[in-house]
Amino acid sequence: MVLKANRLRKLALAPVLMLLSLASAGVLAAGGKVNQVNMSPGATEIGQSIFDLHMLIFWICVIIGALVFGVMFYSIYYHRKSRGVTPSTFHESTKVEIAWTVVPFLILIGMAVPATSTLLEIYDFDDAEMDIMVTGFQWRWKYEYLNEEGENVVFFSSLRTPQSEIRNAEAKGEHYLLEVDEPMVIPVDTKVRFLVTANDVIHSWWVPELAVKKDAIPGFINETWTRVSTEGIYRGQCAELCGKDHGFMPIVVNVVSKEDYAEWLDEKQAQAAQVSELMAQTFTLDELMERGETVYDRNCLACHGANGEGGVGTPIAGSPIATGDIDAHLEIGINGVPGTAMQAFGSQINNVEMAAVITYQRNAFGNNMGDMVQPIDVYNHKQGQGEN
Amino acid sequence: MGDHHHGPAKGLSRWLFTTNHKDIGTMYLWFSFAMFILGGSFAMIIRAELFQPGMQLVDPAFFNQMTTLHGLVMVFGAIMPSFVGLANWMIPMMIGAPDMALPRMNNWSFWILPPAFLILASTLFMEGGAPAFGWTFYAPLSTTYAPPSVTYFIFSIHVLGLSSIMGSINIIATVMNMRAPGMTYMKMPMFVWTWLITAFLLVAVMPVLAGAVTMMLMDIHFGTSFFSAAGGGDPVLFQHIFWFFGHPEVYIIILPAFGVVSQIIPAFSRKPLFGYDSMVYATAAIAFLSFVVWAHHMYTVGMPVAGELFFMYATMLIAVPTGVKVFNWVSTMWRGAMTFETPMLFAIGFLVLFTIGGFTGLMLSIAPADFQYHDSYFVVAHFHYVMVAGAVFSMSAAVYYWLPKWCGRMYNETMGKTHFWISFIGFNIAFFPQHFVGLAGMPRRIPDYALQFADFNMLSSIGAFIYGASQILFLYNVVATIVAGKPTSEEKTWDGAEGLEWTVATPAPYHTFETPPQVK
Repeated sequence: MVLKANRLRKLALAPVLMLLSLASAGVLAAGGKVNQVNMSPGATEIGQSIFDLHMLIFWICVIIGALVFGVMFYSIYYHRKSRGVTPSTFHESTKVEIAWTVVPFLILIGMAVPATSTLLEIYDFDDAEMDIMVTGFQWRWKYEYLNEEGENVVFFSSLRTPQSEIRNAEAKGEHYLLEVDEPMVIPVDTKVRFLVTANDVIHSWWVPELAVKKDAIPGFINETWTRVSTEGIYRGQCAELCGKDHGFMPIVVNVVSKEDYAEWLDEKQAQAAQVSELMAQTFTLDELMERGETVYDRNCLACHGANGEGGVGTPIAGSPIATGDIDAHLEIGINGVPGTAMQAFGSQINNVEMAAVITYQRNAFGNNMGDMVQPIDVYNHKQGQGEN
Repeated sequence: MGDHHHGPAKGLSRWLFTTNHKDIGTMYLWFSFAMFILGGSFAMIIRAELFQPGMQLVDPAFFNQMTTLHGLVMVFGAIMPSFVGLANWMIPMMIGAPDMALPRMNNWSFWILPPAFLILASTLFMEGGAPAFGWTFYAPLSTTYAPPSVTYFIFSIHVLGLSSIMGSINIIATVMNMRAPGMTYMKMPMFVWTWLITAFLLVAVMPVLAGAVTMMLMDIHFGTSFFSAAGGGDPVLFQHIFWFFGHPEVYIIILPAFGVVSQIIPAFSRKPLFGYDSMVYATAAIAFLSFVVWAHHMYTVGMPVAGELFFMYATMLIAVPTGVKVFNWVSTMWRGAMTFETPMLFAIGFLVLFTIGGFTGLMLSIAPADFQYHDSYFVVAHFHYVMVAGAVFSMSAAVYYWLPKWCGRMYNETMGKTHFWISFIGFNIAFFPQHFVGLAGMPRRIPDYALQFADFNMLSSIGAFIYGASQILFLYNVVATIVAGKPTSEEKTWDGAEGLEWTVATPAPYHTFETPPQVK
């Protein structure tokens, strides 16, 4: 019996020991490491305060836990019937009850004070030096730089990990599922305010090392901010279940020096100017097909299949839409099909891309319609519906 | 027939038409175990997919259906009905009543459950698949973007709610009207107290859930815009309504578990429960506070700072009455004369693991820290520590504790202890590492994950398989006991057990307390 109880005691202590190991290992880990066991203080002041708060409460819990479990296991060991003890009969004590109501209450106040001050800091949105609008889509992020200099900088940021890695056909890369085609770029030591919203369902923009998590809610704009003190690449993910590919819409934030940021901004603006020139051009079928394939692979493939065979979405190959009225086809591309997974892509891809992808769908996968859509047609279609 | 002291009817009609609290309790318990196995097999699929990075077994859409159905089936199908079953069996026997106050309604509230779950499970085979929006079914993912099967889901939730409300009314009516002479409120066993309070919570919040799903139904089929910003509605409104139901719901799940543990720890410590009065008050305080803390599930939706502060302070307060309960249980053990049969092992397992879950709950209540924990695996670990190690462990304890009284046969103690140890170890291997990956940044409800989370996820899956397998041992032990366990006719199976249920014959006759006992 003695042996048995000993074993019980040891095994039941295991979680406490695991908790302690968490504490000691936690100090060593930082920055999304392999087998990281604790929160990271990250690269911001707020992140550090949250981390300190987390560790404070953690240690308070460990101490209370050690006391409670200590008393309990002492009792389990010494107050066993097999040791021939006779049970006491005491069963109440108002004084003790009051004590263990009041003392925890005081401890809670001790936790509430630093928690309140950190919360107030987080809620201080004033004096932001720049604003970025973050919009969640199924299943990618759109970043829009709202400052005057950044007027024309708008882009989508989507998962870059290829399906072949996800389907285990190829070895997985170092940043498997945490890599995007185009990261958000922000300057170091700058208070950046994020205006967070969504286009379809609720998403949540979470970058652990920036200590930012804010729900992106369709129809509402939430505020949050960060000021990153160390240059580097920070990775996060959507944190709110948003449908099929919730696990596949990562966030990458590239924090660079202020000079590099200015340079990047210039480059993006030049690109934007180029795109607006393209809008006025007329393309040949081959040009549109070439562009369309890229657009298709990025936007349509996940649901409609690599060969237009369908999947979550309807098939494109031989479909009545892609081989039917061209305006109706364009309408679906721009405004989607409400109530289904087919989104309104009109606001997600530009007119050149829209023209290219509609043309591509009508002429690829054996559809061979031979007709095409020009950027100007997309523009006119959008105008015709009064730019909703 | 015509005999006043008739036994059960024969055949299927016994179960279909029964108004006997013991028969209905038995059906509830078996039904909930079946749902536990079903919900558990969904969990096994989830953990098998998460065993390694990359998609191996299922596609992401089906994975979401699994997480959704796992949550719904476990909460509404396994845990809640199991405690209703326990209440049916034990409350009349604990308060010296001959049966439940409303026996026909009792039959009805059970028999609408299986069709409701049949409807829910059938959504798996519908076009577009089963609901895939999580058991919290946030709009607009559950309205505009939901599969067509959502309508069946809504109907199923309505029926479950109806069943719960009827069950609770029955419990309230029974406890308030059918106590034996001398059984004052402050003499009721803790299990009866916790269930009485739980029943009030259920009656208060199940209609709120019904309201939420009805609004969804209107949005989906009748052109309203309760939860659609485009039509002037508010998706966050859904979360407020859901969690106004949802937070009391977690206490609905855990309070009866508190009651069970409060019966078992004194029995095996051979010492009365310490601080009975304060236990009652603490339970009531937890129930009251559960109504004013709902938005701590929504710290990241963009509430004003005053709202955040209110919900943070209110939530932290819950630690006080919960602490009182834990301290009282430990004081009950203090200077007792303990033995460690299977029910006691599960009760101690409950105490240790629930306390850990309580600590992480306290951490989650801190709003700024929650910005990092929210919707990560840290939360998954937290609520499995309170739901599984809380509710399910205490349910296992209850079955082992009262099974000899129910069927007049003794279970196999070695097998029971083996079940406990495998469960305890498997559970911790499954869920402890989830704290780590959550803190390191792994979001919940994802079918695939970054490589740095791989080792802990594999460990977690192994633990889940061990825990899952241990339930087969549980099933075997219970069936073997009922069929061929060692017969016992001792009225008191456990020498330290107290209460009226231990004064009736073993196995408990079909009708008990036809004349009320006198309680001094």
